[in-house]
Amino acid sequence: MRRGKMKLAAAVLFFLFLGVSFIKGFYPGLEAGRNFRLFTLDMLKILPCAFILIGLFEVWVKKETVEKHLGEGSLFMGYVWAFILAGTTVGGLYVAFPVSYSLYRKGAKLSVIFAYISASAVFRVPMAIFEASFMGLKFTAIRFLVSLPLILFSSILLGRYLKKKDLRIEDGENSLKKEKNR
Amino acid sequence: MMLFFYAGTALLLLFSFIKDRRKSKQALIIAWKRFVRIAPDFVLVLILMSLILAFLPNQVIAALLGNGTKWVSVIAAALIGSVTLMPGFVAFPLCGILLKQGVSYMVLSAFTTTLMMVGVLTFPVERAYFGTRATLLRNALSLMTALLVAAVTGLFFGELG
Repeated sequence: MRRGKMKLAAAVLFFLFLGVSFIKGFYPGLEAGRNFRLFTLDMLKILPCAFILIGLFEVWVKKETVEKHLGEGSLFMGYVWAFILAGTTVGGLYVAFPVSYSLYRKGAKLSVIFAYISASAVFRVPMAIFEASFMGLKFTAIRFLVSLPLILFSSILLGRYLKKKDLRIEDGENSLKKEKNR
Repeated sequence: MMLFFYAGTALLLLFSFIKDRRKSKQALIIAWKRFVRIAPDFVLVLILMSLILAFLPNQVIAALLGNGTKWVSVIAAALIGSVTLMPGFVAFPLCGILLKQGVSYMVLSAFTTTLMMVGVLTFPVERAYFGTRATLLRNALSLMTALLVAAVTGLFFGELG
């Protein structure tokens, strides 16, 4: 709430500045006003479609159905489902960590878990819709197609190495709380 | 391009409404709620960008992100992306503006990929789950991935030559 008020105050200040600049003919202020108008118009052209697509995606693709399939079948399918699950993750790394802990508890392989984390950083579908809207489909496609094999490769590497080192994934929420209480 | 985007969205929405009216309405509600939640941040980014670009002389911007020092720009963008924490819903519109200002795709690719994959600020949280070694390794590998992706992006957009 306080952050919201600060944002409002910043906006009010900005518009006051624009007003004064307009009256006094202060050049950088006029320039800022022109920038703001152009950027806002650009944004308003793209945003409605982007958000509608995101809404459609979230209604028609449910995370739970994807989660059910994880851990089923071959290792290769494990990666495929890890990528699909990542696509439906909302919220990036902060959400991916607790999810990977629960995947670990359910017996998913380390390399699959690392693939899931990296993929959920890069392949989230709502995010991708947004990205393509602003940067163009080509940019997004290149980013996806190049990072996919790299993620796969580095996850397998990381998984193998850390398995040798006997990595255990902890319930981070708990250990963070403990640290705070200390 | 824009027309294509609108037509595609309209078509999908139409299909959705034919299949299930209730779900489609819900999709629109979700779209609206998401928009409202992020709108204040949007406005703030727009204000900041308008001010920065108005006060920073064009030559300075060009020197910072321009053609001469391509790799320096890419690495700088990757570092900034690694240490910043910004929701993608804010980052991509920002990149869209920068793109129109003449910043290369390669630099923006380095920035967005590290922004999402490498987390200096999320390090303590990640360590709590995976331990220090795994966290360091994952972030280092992700940084390398981001730089490679940026290089290929530059290749495809003809920005390397």
